[in-house]
This record gives sequence, C-alpha cells and structure tokens, in this order.
Amino acid sequence: MKKFLVVFVILLSVLSLATIKIGVVLPMTGGIAAFGRMVWEGVEVAHELFPDVNGETIELTIFDNRSDKIEAANAVRRAIDVGNVSAILGEVASSYSLAGGAVAEEKKTPMVTPSSTNPLVTSGKKYVSRVCFIDPFQGWAAAVLAFENLGVRNVAIFMDVEQDYAVGLANFFMQTFQELGGQVFFEYYKSGDQDFTAQISDAMLTGAEALFIPGYYQEIALIAIQARQLGFFGPLITGDGADAPETISIGGDAVNGLYFTTHYHPDSPAVTENAKLFLERYTEKFNKIPAALSALGFDAYMVIRDAIMRAGSADREAIAQAIRSTTNFPGATGIINIDNEGNAVKSVAIVKIEDGQFKYETTINPR
Amino acid sequence: MNLYTFLQNLINGLSLGSLYALIAIGYTMVYGILRLINFAHGDVFMMAVYFAFFLVTLGKVPWLISFVIAILAAALLGFTIDRVAYKPIRNAPRISALITAIGVSFFLESFAVVVFSGIPRSFRNIYPKFLNNMLILGGHEEVKYGRNVIVGGLRIPIVSFVILAVTAIALVILWWIIYKTKIGMAMRAVSVDIPTTSLMGVNVDRVIGFTFALGSALAAIGGLLWATRYPQLWPYMGFMPGLKAFIAAVFGGIGSIQGAVVGGFLLGLTEIMLVGFFPKMAGYRDAFAFLILILILSIKPEGLLGKRSVVKV
Repeated sequence: MKKFLVVFVILLSVLSLATIKIGVVLPMTGGIAAFGRMVWEGVEVAHELFPDVNGETIELTIFDNRSDKIEAANAVRRAIDVGNVSAILGEVASSYSLAGGAVAEEKKTPMVTPSSTNPLVTSGKKYVSRVCFIDPFQGWAAAVLAFENLGVRNVAIFMDVEQDYAVGLANFFMQTFQELGGQVFFEYYKSGDQDFTAQISDAMLTGAEALFIPGYYQEIALIAIQARQLGFFGPLITGDGADAPETISIGGDAVNGLYFTTHYHPDSPAVTENAKLFLERYTEKFNKIPAALSALGFDAYMVIRDAIMRAGSADREAIAQAIRSTTNFPGATGIINIDNEGNAVKSVAIVKIEDGQFKYETTINPR
Repeated sequence: MNLYTFLQNLINGLSLGSLYALIAIGYTMVYGILRLINFAHGDVFMMAVYFAFFLVTLGKVPWLISFVIAILAAALLGFTIDRVAYKPIRNAPRISALITAIGVSFFLESFAVVVFSGIPRSFRNIYPKFLNNMLILGGHEEVKYGRNVIVGGLRIPIVSFVILAVTAIALVILWWIIYKTKIGMAMRAVSVDIPTTSLMGVNVDRVIGFTFALGSALAAIGGLLWATRYPQLWPYMGFMPGLKAFIAAVFGGIGSIQGAVVGGFLLGLTEIMLVGFFPKMAGYRDAFAFLILILILSIKPEGLLGKRSVVKV
C-alpha cells in the first residue's frame, strides 16, 4: 500500500508539471556544425538559469538541419508537426532560416533566429524575428573598417554563391565601399569547395590590397591558408561567419591579422545584468570564453521566454506578437529592440585575430 | 589572364589534378577487376584521415607511423566491407552491388557523424610544416603591407611533389603486383571471368578481398595527402573528392590505370582553367565536372584510354 502511494504521488507530480515546448533547429552536423554547437551552448546556459516561465517548465528539443537547405525546411516542419512546439529557436545560416522561415510562416509559428543576418529572412514575414543586426549594417561597418581604419582602396570580394548571407553581405559591402571611393571586384566560390588557388591568383593579378570574404569559417580558413601560400599578405576582412574557434584551429598562422565584424566579444563593454550572468555561467560551465553565437543563442532563448511571459500563454499567435513588441530587453549582446520588421537594432563589434586569439578591437555604432 | 597567372594556374591545376589522379587509381583498379563502382571509396578515404588524426592527437603516435597504421587500417576496413557487404551478393545482378556500395557509403558517413561528430576539425598540426611550404620560382623581395614579401614568382606547393612521387611509386608497385605476382595473375584472371577462375582452384574471395584492401589503401594514401593540402577533416570530406575521382576515372577510361592518372590531371586542369578564364563560372565548377562526365559517357563511353569492352550475352 505504501509503495502504491509513493508511485501514485510521483505520477501525480509528473502529470501536474505542465511544459512549454520550444523546438531548437540548428546545424548539429555538416559544414557549419560548429555554429550549431555554439548556439546550443548559449541556449543551454539560458535554460539552466531560467528553466521555467509562468510556472511551467520549458522543454527544449533539438532538430538537426544537417547544414542543408532542404533539411532546414524539413526540420522546422518536423518541429511543428511532430514536436508540437509553441515556438522555434533557430536556424543559424540565413539560407536555412529562409527555407525554414517559410515553413514557420505558413504554419503561423513564431521563430526567432539567433544569428541570420540577411534582410530577406524577416522581410514581409509576421512570425520570423531575430536578435542580431542585419547585413546592410554589418556590410557598411566592414566597408568603413576597410576604407577608413585599414586604408585599403582595392578589395577583392570572395563570394560564396550558395549562401544568401554571403551574397547579401558582399553586395552591402560593395555599396558602401564604392560610395566611400574604393574599388571592388568579385571572385566566386561555392560552400564545400576546398581549392581556391585559381580565384586567389586572379585576385592578385587584379591588384587586390585586401580580401573581403563574407562566407563561413570552413572556407575562410582554407582561403586564408592558400592566399598566404600564393604570396598574398594583405589584410583579410570577413563577417560574423568567421566567429568560430575553427577559423583559428584550421587557419593557423594564415588567419593572423584577419578582421571580422561580429555581435559580441567578452571584452566589449558589458552593459546588462544578463551579460554578466551569461559570461559568469558560461565560463563556469564550459571553462572557456563564449563566442558571439553562444551569446546570441542565449539571447534568442531569453527573448522567446520573455515573450511567452508577456503573452501569458503557449498560444503561437500571442507569442509571435509579443516577440515583435520586445523593447529594451537586456540581452547578453546588449539592449535588444525588435522592430516591426522583426529586426534587432544593435551595434557591431570588430574583432581581430592576433597570435591565435580573438582580440576585441572596437565597436562601431549605427550612424 | 597574363602569362604569369596562366603559368601559376597551370601549376594550381596540376597540383589539384595529381590528387584526383591518386584517388582515381584505387577507384579504377577495383572497377577494372570486379566491374564494381565502389561508391564507398571516398568514405574509406575519410575514415583513413580520421584514423591518422586520432592516432596523432589522442594516441600521440608520430605522424609517419600514424599514416602507415591509418593506411593499413583502411586496407582492413576495405577487406571487411567486402566480406560484410559485397560478398553475400557476389552472384546477384550488378545493380545490387551498386546499391550496396551507396548504402556502405551512407553508413560510413553516418557512422563518422555519430562517432567523430559532424564538426570540422583541423588537420594542420598533424604533419610536419614543411609539407605546406611553397617552392618559389623567380620573383623579387619587396616591402609590402609593412613586411618583406616575395612579389611575383611561381609558387608550387611542396606537397604536390610528394603527391607526384607517391603516385609514381604507387603505379610501380601496382604494376609489379598485377603483372609479377601470383595474386596479381589471379586478379587479372578474376577480371576476365570469375566462375572459370574459381574452377581453376583459385580462392576468388581471397583475391577480391585483396583487391579491396589494395584499393582502400590507395584511397587512404589519397585521403592523407588531400588532408595535408586542404587541412580540415569532417565526415563528408570524402564525398566530393570521391565523385571527382570517379569522374576522372571515367574520363580516362574506367578500368584503365593509366587512364585514371591522365583523367585526374585533365580534370584538375580543366577545373582550375575554368575558374581562371571565366571567374564568374567558379560557382559551377562541380557542375562542370559532372558535365564532363555526361559528355564523356555520351560521346566516348570507354573514356580516353579505355578499351571498348564486349558485353557477354
């Protein structure tokens, strides 16, 4: 009888614990798996610190998009149809967020991407939002960095034709750089390529003083190695796609002196309580300093949780509206305001790789 | 494109092509003897790189010994794949073997994702640095970007010479095995007619197992040199090089070992020259490689150096 009672009580307590489900759609395998892992680390830290909302437990489920566009749409569909989630945290790369976001929009499910910076990801959509800045601003900042801070006038842009992020960022960089009075020309490649010697030879023939590589770390590291081997020693500039330890571990000496624009660096002045909380907990848990994507993963979780709190229910429509009305939310990457288009307005940090370390250089604010 | 860039691209193309050639030799040898397109070739290549990686990083084994062990492990893996996957369907229609090969390929990739994780790792500190140095021909020293650099001059990766040497040695050893040894004679016999060979008292399974081990060892050598030139490893790294080696083998005439070498060099050169002359087409270079495959198959299906085979009825 006593045993029965114990079982009964446990059963009752399990049943009474209502949960709110959030689907986390990330590249856990494939080309940019390192990014997926970094975001997930941030989400884990946030979930440990704030595991519940409105008295209900938050339940996280990972859906792997395998660094693949088609799989990205499938993963979002699976999260909504099979996982029955109230909201989706996810998709790292803009291409995947575009593919997955279309599904979220069709199913009227709120989705918050931590790091997709291409403007198309949210434009014209009601349910997809982000906690990071957008590429017109990032491209502008990179062009200002190249022209004003580094003083280069002739830049070869290495564009990954397969990634919406790279194509967008390349074009926004070009616009600003040309307005400032510089010259650009394009070299093209595709995600997964490993040999870039022909493009680099061509860029050197055209007299490039610097390379702008708005792609992802896997190719950035290989381009850097081959550029140095072929005798190109000018500055390399990239976007937040380089913000992974793999850039250094694969690139080695070749990436020394590489500049990139990104969302966060532990040395940039922390402005919020959450930023301190995040940095403390993350370093304690993983015994290393956090990357920007971990901070963004943390912020995406926090913004979703905040929206659920304000919506007061697990209703998808209500959460989506609450996300769009996020104002002055204190995130790890700074104060987050999400506008009507679903974009966060924030400043950009410039990081330089020196002696195999990410060094904080400066912050560029929106002008 | 000026003369200097053209010559540099010629070097770039030959350097890439030599790798394709080396990987294609193993591919084409297995086909030549068994008439089996072993799609798992690229994945054995990947497994070998992981073996070497873990031996050096976790096992603290010196790189040269690790490479040798990785090559032997890949040979064993090839032998095992044959025993587990291909042997049971030896007498089934050829399409079954092809589908099984694709299955083995997916299995190895997924296995690697689960066990080694899908995150790319660095192969940079595994082998001595001099392999990644460049031989510089000509050029002059100049202060540029605040440092002394050599401007101009043709640059040839040291590792490309190693690849050429390894390819030459592999060819000689292969030639010796196939034409001078007993097992080589058995391999040639198997390539003509399996049932008759086995009636002659030859242990066909052993011959085929040996062929797979040899092919896999060649894949491993190719993989290790590939990772030395492009120092990152991840579970799908063998996929594209494997397909390119297949295209190179078909280009040169599948089944012909000299053809694989010629096809590999031609494919590497074509790819680099495509990007060199038409920079805007760079995103389509894989598509272009497949276009070559389609053209070869429709115009000259036996390839450049292949023999037209008579289909037995």
